[in-house]
Amino acid sequence: MTAPVSVTLENVASYSEWRTAARRLLAAGVAPERVGFRLASTSADLFGSGPADVAAGTSNKGQVIRVPKEFPALARDVLCHNDDSRFALLYRLLWRVKDVPQLLDNRADVDVYAARRLAKSVRRDSHKMKAFVRFRRVESDAGEAFVAWFEPEHHIVERTAPFFSRRFSGMRWSIVTPARSAHWDGHALTYGDGANRRDCPDGDALENYWRVYYSSIFNPARLKLNAMRSEMPVKYWRNLPESRLIPELSRSAQRAQRAAPAGAAPCLVTAQKLVAEQPGMVTQTMAEPKTLPDLTTSLQQCARCELCETATAAVPGEGAADARLMLVGEQPGDEEDLVGRPFVGPAGKVLLEALQEAGIERESVYLTNAVKHFKFKPRGKRRIHQRPNATEIETCRWWLDFERDIVAPRVTLALGATAARATLGHPVKVMDVRGQAFTSDTGDVVLVTVHPSYLLRLPDRAAAHEQRLQFIDDLRRAEALATSVPA
Amino acid sequence: MPHLNTVDKLAILADAAKYDASCASSGAQKRNSVGTGGIGSTEGMGICHSYAPDGRCISLLKVLLTNYCQYDCLYCVNRVSSNVQRARFGAAELAQLTMDFYKRNYIEGLFLSSGIIRSPDYTMEQMVSVARLLRETHEFNGYIHLKTIPDAAPELLEAAGRYADRLSINVELPSRKSLGKLAPEKDASRIRSAMAAVRTKIDEKKEKSRHPNPRAIKATGQSTQMIVGADKSDDRKILTTSASLYAGYKLRRVYYSAFSPTPHPSSHLPPQPPPLQREHRLYQADWLLRFYKFELDEIVSGGHNGMLDLDIDPKLAWALKNRERFPVDVNKATRSELLRVPGLGTRSVGAIVKARRLGALRLADIARLTTSVVKIRPFIVARDWVPTHSLESASLRAQVAPVPVQRDFFG
Repeated sequence: MTAPVSVTLENVASYSEWRTAARRLLAAGVAPERVGFRLASTSADLFGSGPADVAAGTSNKGQVIRVPKEFPALARDVLCHNDDSRFALLYRLLWRVKDVPQLLDNRADVDVYAARRLAKSVRRDSHKMKAFVRFRRVESDAGEAFVAWFEPEHHIVERTAPFFSRRFSGMRWSIVTPARSAHWDGHALTYGDGANRRDCPDGDALENYWRVYYSSIFNPARLKLNAMRSEMPVKYWRNLPESRLIPELSRSAQRAQRAAPAGAAPCLVTAQKLVAEQPGMVTQTMAEPKTLPDLTTSLQQCARCELCETATAAVPGEGAADARLMLVGEQPGDEEDLVGRPFVGPAGKVLLEALQEAGIERESVYLTNAVKHFKFKPRGKRRIHQRPNATEIETCRWWLDFERDIVAPRVTLALGATAARATLGHPVKVMDVRGQAFTSDTGDVVLVTVHPSYLLRLPDRAAAHEQRLQFIDDLRRAEALATSVPA
Repeated sequence: MPHLNTVDKLAILADAAKYDASCASSGAQKRNSVGTGGIGSTEGMGICHSYAPDGRCISLLKVLLTNYCQYDCLYCVNRVSSNVQRARFGAAELAQLTMDFYKRNYIEGLFLSSGIIRSPDYTMEQMVSVARLLRETHEFNGYIHLKTIPDAAPELLEAAGRYADRLSINVELPSRKSLGKLAPEKDASRIRSAMAAVRTKIDEKKEKSRHPNPRAIKATGQSTQMIVGADKSDDRKILTTSASLYAGYKLRRVYYSAFSPTPHPSSHLPPQPPPLQREHRLYQADWLLRFYKFELDEIVSGGHNGMLDLDIDPKLAWALKNRERFPVDVNKATRSELLRVPGLGTRSVGAIVKARRLGALRLADIARLTTSVVKIRPFIVARDWVPTHSLESASLRAQVAPVPVQRDFFG
């Protein structure tokens, strides 16, 4: 059982043919060291000389060989490679993988590594074919058609042509390579033998447009020839109409760079002067708004603190300009920030439902926030809410005070600690002052209750229900006070 | 104005578009033209059809519809006060050129931007009409990226989203204040509000995708671009802005474009560009933030005074300042510990984690799983490898830092 065995294959890259041969070998228990594969088209034996042929007489019926799901796809790719050792490498891999099914996961294994390298090189060649095929238009009796001459490195025409038929289904086209050619007539894909470059059209009027585009989109201020060559290897250049421009574009960019070298130390003095940035707070002078529309407009220019740098836009208050009851929340949340309106997120829904239950019409009150920009910490694709600090609350009071002046509510209900601090001007503990009526400097009555998001955070359902009822009571009380207090 | 033919316009309007860094054509919804008689497909992975000597990929026909502009953004070559030659494509003319290029397999599709003419709405309408012509008249199924104009009406933004695979709006500069100074007609809140609106549309589309709505937008993502080095924002500021943009608007990408002094520059701008390496380091840092679970402070701590180290990549810079965390045992370390090893990318880490289940890895195994074992060696322990002294050595940086290469002269 040590005699060498030779297998002759008709096709350069046929998975089914190789598989049939490999099954027979496996069924006969032929170890990989003994097998030599040869292609019918090549005269030389890839293994040695004079071995017996295993193909005849060995049956593989009833033999079930289990391979990992990934193996056939890997094998198909590897078979397209032009390396003569591919058939033997795959058989060795098959021989080993039948005993160690996880073998393919070990990319550090010498055979797995070799197979994956071949597969990768084939996939890359195929990808480059999709990229670098250049069609040239020809006119015939049947109308226009497109022909491309391409020189792939591996046996990838059949592997890649379906891509072109999916993409250019409304065109008639042919891709011709030295070994194979592919043709699409608008309905079916057919393959034929290879041909010569001479058999293909040698130009297209649009190629001049393409070269104009290529040289205009190039930025001569930067030159990265190695990056270009690694992605567009020189072996593909001769069939790319734009490649003839590369030497001259590169040389003229180099001449320009020698005259004024790029990449020198940046000189930012003028820009620094222009964009003088002070750390921390920014002082800003702004006209004092007299009406709510005025306020909304000038609010958008607000850069009184750093929150404007990351938030989408300031979220103005909304509601009746002559409301008797004003509700002040903490700050816009994620959804409010995206939409640009207050109380549209989860906590806002809790508030609106509570208002409804308290019998208060949303349109009759004025809704706003103590801080007008969303404060958050980015975490991946999410924004995590951050509490505004004392300075931010104090800075943004500028806007809240104008809103209170303009709307002049009889009662202001502060929702949560931030709103309480902003409306009262000093920090308080919400639970200590809940139910207490304060008279503010501006003459309205200030009441304090919890923020609706507090109701969302309570883990105990009974407690949440209890708190919710109390919250609705607070709303009712504020509304009652607002209707009873004389104007 | 002298009469310009298509090829003259192409030269002017491609030249005017070259400062836009994005050329991505990936991430579109998969579709093709089988059985439609039309042309075009998008299969998820983008294709770069050529590369320019600047090393950048050419995937799309990237042009301006017109480089006439009524705005005066100081960093922009097309600003109203700049003395460049102007041109304008007709919508049908540009749609035809796109088809002609596409059918020859030069491009994946169109990336259309524009100067502002007459009004933001008028300009946006013109851009949308090119996209509509391509989709409806030419039955074009390839990729379309529209650079939208933040001040245009929401209906136009929505129409743009119906025809385009990707929408983008440039934030332009890392800070609100710089934008106010350098681009007086632009407004950071309006730009971000437009990005928020696009995000909301894309979210809605995902929710509704079980009941496809013909009017639903096609766009699957948005991206943006920030100019680096035109103002004095440091790398920390730039990355902070990026992180908040990724978190807020579900961006596919933030592109960093090193400021290029344009012809006839404004005297308010730096006369020199920032080092190109800065742009590269920002991209690397951006990757560490998104795919390697690094915190912004950690990344910035690898450099000096809020700027990244230009000579070495930000992960290596961080590692050299946190040597006590190394070496890491490749056979025992968690995935997130491995991701912090300089030279190990997400793929290599995935391969190591899988391979080590089948047996302890040696240094030669690691060499097959990574691109450069020499760089990684000082930071790891393998079955037959323990780094000696190198982590304490003052010369470690010299050992692992890339050797400066001479400038590449062509031919």
